[in-house]
Amino acid sequence: MPDSTLVGLHHEEEHHPELLHHFSDAEQQRDASSLGMWVFLATELMFFGGMFCAYLIYRHWYFGDFGAASKSINMAMGATNTAVLICSSLTVVLAVWAAQTARRGLLLISLAVTILLGLTFLGIKGVEYRDKFIEHHVPGPSFSFAHEPIPGREGEYANPQHAQIFFSLYFVMTGLHALHMIIGLGIFTWLFCMAWKGRFTPEYNTPVEIGGLYWHFVDIVWIYLFPLLYLIDRHR
Amino acid sequence: MPNPIPQTAVPAVAAERENYLNTKYGVWSWLLTTDHKRIALLYLISITFFFFIGGFFALLIRLELLTPAGDLVQADTYNKLFTQHGMVMVFFFLIPSIPAVLGNFLVPLMIGAKDLAFPRINLLSWYLYVIGGVMMLHTILTGGVDTGWTFYAPYSTNFTNTKIVEAGLAIFVAGFSSILTGLNFVVTIHRMRAPGMTWSRLPLFIWAHYATSIIQLLGTPVVAVTIVLVAAERALHLGIFDPKLGGDPVLFQHLFWFYSHPAVYIMILPSMGVVTEIIACFSRKRIFGYHFVAFSSIAIAVFGFLVWAHHMFVAGISVYAALVFSFLSYAVALPSAIKVFNWTATLYKGSIHYDAPMLYAFGFLGLFTIGGLTGLFLSALGLNVHVHDTYFVIAHFHYIMVGGALMGYLGGMHFWWPKISGKLYPEGWARLAALIVFIGFNLTFFPQFLLGYMGMPRRYYDYSHMPEFQVLNVLSTAGATVLGVGYLLPMVYFLWSMRYGKPASDNPWNAAGLEWKTESPPPTFNFDEEPVVTWEAYNYDELDAPPHSQEVPVAR
Amino acid sequence: MSAPSKSSPLPLYFAVFIALLVGTGLTVFAATLDLGPFNAPVALLIATIKATLVALFFMHVWHASEKLTKLVVIAAIFFLMLLLGLTMSDYATRPWS
Repeated sequence: MPDSTLVGLHHEEEHHPELLHHFSDAEQQRDASSLGMWVFLATELMFFGGMFCAYLIYRHWYFGDFGAASKSINMAMGATNTAVLICSSLTVVLAVWAAQTARRGLLLISLAVTILLGLTFLGIKGVEYRDKFIEHHVPGPSFSFAHEPIPGREGEYANPQHAQIFFSLYFVMTGLHALHMIIGLGIFTWLFCMAWKGRFTPEYNTPVEIGGLYWHFVDIVWIYLFPLLYLIDRHR
Repeated sequence: MPNPIPQTAVPAVAAERENYLNTKYGVWSWLLTTDHKRIALLYLISITFFFFIGGFFALLIRLELLTPAGDLVQADTYNKLFTQHGMVMVFFFLIPSIPAVLGNFLVPLMIGAKDLAFPRINLLSWYLYVIGGVMMLHTILTGGVDTGWTFYAPYSTNFTNTKIVEAGLAIFVAGFSSILTGLNFVVTIHRMRAPGMTWSRLPLFIWAHYATSIIQLLGTPVVAVTIVLVAAERALHLGIFDPKLGGDPVLFQHLFWFYSHPAVYIMILPSMGVVTEIIACFSRKRIFGYHFVAFSSIAIAVFGFLVWAHHMFVAGISVYAALVFSFLSYAVALPSAIKVFNWTATLYKGSIHYDAPMLYAFGFLGLFTIGGLTGLFLSALGLNVHVHDTYFVIAHFHYIMVGGALMGYLGGMHFWWPKISGKLYPEGWARLAALIVFIGFNLTFFPQFLLGYMGMPRRYYDYSHMPEFQVLNVLSTAGATVLGVGYLLPMVYFLWSMRYGKPASDNPWNAAGLEWKTESPPPTFNFDEEPVVTWEAYNYDELDAPPHSQEVPVAR
Repeated sequence: MSAPSKSSPLPLYFAVFIALLVGTGLTVFAATLDLGPFNAPVALLIATIKATLVALFFMHVWHASEKLTKLVVIAAIFFLMLLLGLTMSDYATRPWS
């Protein structure tokens, strides 16, 4: 039996190669992809939110111990990493603009610099983790946090078990954040390859745009992680 | 039209029209499909499989409870039975059930789209579900879990020797499947509606799935991160939930229930959507108060996030917080009640037809109401102290999950079976099965209200210090057997109907809805031409108008 | 997204970029001051301003053609606040009992 029933669906005079079959036009596809990424980011917000909730409770309970533990992580590296991510957010938004305005050179450079900055972030994070490992601040059997003074309280020392909770949250939160960075780097490497092949045009650059949304979200998570983890009670 | 092949005889059956089932054959055409209808069937097979697994554990539980002594299994084994019954039924049957099967199949059809917004992600959702399911099976077969499906800390993090991390990972993966399904539905409903399909013309089934998707999206990630924390705690003894190390086990419960309470709304909302469609069709009436029903779905989704600590009234939370959560728990009953009132008002002066889907809908109405009202009992702080952790709670949630959600699922499967398979199921057997299910259900679970109120604790395999409970337990087990028969019957006759059932027309029920305006089974891309909607939802008055009123009026 | 705006958005991007860096420096500086009970609120306020700038201008929420994008963002934040707020309602009021 001839596929006459399907003729009505294959009639497009001009069919953009990137248009997927079940969408009626490119704008619908773009709007769907964009909404899809935003909704996904909402789920990610709740994912990190659960950890922020745990953090909030224990900071409320063990503020002094958390202050002592926070002092022992490297604020300079944290601040540098914050600046690195902010720079990468700029390069991402430049990449999106470059894709929209057919600036291939800028697009490729922006994507490449983004990847480099992301790798820098992970490198600095790796150094921080290594430092924590050396100082026996990694939670687990070899954890030790004895005799660390609580900031602002003379003669009082942090409870190692409460400090271990801080470091547990530190590693889980920054670890999951780093995992998201690694995934982001994967996405941007793929975007770079696609851009190199010339797949992105002013008419079709949705992957760059939604990849950018993901990257900015990971940046926003860090914008909160930095003060909450690194800057507790630093003035004492 | 020249046809070189001579017709040898008048074909008794017309050559089979191309539809989504016969368009391609072969295992890979199914395993690599992106057609939402095929994916729905893949889900149907997988969740039915897990229903059997969960049901098997239920059977063993009920067998053990026939006698007061713990004589069928050991205590540790019994703990694994009720844990795995719960985990499998909640995460691998109920949560996917209607959205993954009926939702996947019907959402694009009902809104006039060719497919969901992200068909490949839809397939990925199924694979994630299967992977999670296989992991769960492996967990069960290699030792199991004994913490209760709620895997409370610190038992789950510090003391149990069973396979918590693996079970947790299985649920994590299945949860991702759930999130992606929700994402797909939200984007589809926003972006892919056919021309003329405004929000106010959407079937209420769609509103229900939209609300469900919101919950899936916003709640599941929290249980996901909770599982991560539990796994980390088990592996490294972090102390996040261990009181000896400064942690708070109640924090686990907050994070767990923040998802798991809205999860129960994931399980019931789609069923409410199904019931709405069925009641409208079999009363031949528009749903009374369309906008109230639509917004009540959204209200349930939002309010459902406000009440989770009603599971923790006796866990050690602050009394003031308990007061707030108790009040909010009363509030969450309001939108559900609004739905029940609207369904009832729809039935009033309707032309009621007692086909099998409608029998299930009636069952839903009564049983969900009882389950919902007993939820209010549980929300009262004083009463909660008395019945917490007793069979009263178990009866309450089984009335909603089984008497409500599962009946809605069965009703929906019957209602849309002609559309899905192109065949009619045998109506007589279906009505009998519905009756058996209803009787079996009440026999199983009503005694449990009494048992709980009289003090029988849940999760006990041995009640020999309270031998007076045996009679009710025996009744309950007998009911469970009847219920099992009731569940097996549809499986048999649905399969039978695929081969021997009468072919279904496009719209055997003369129902409203875009899905009934295409063939049964639908073609792969759903509609031969993109529909343009110019009529309101539930236009039963037009559908039932006598034919001659549509003719050209003759001059008098 | 849709066609780029008539004027170049670059000055805006660079302005936001500078603001973000300034905000970071400000956060670090404020952490070294003794603001009593306000250290945490100040840090969170600066973080929120930075996050808002990223969302509005780098993620294009400000110029979003649809209200739906803003609704998704607001809804997500709302539910996060529910999680944090209602959980805190337990912990904050426990000492009262």
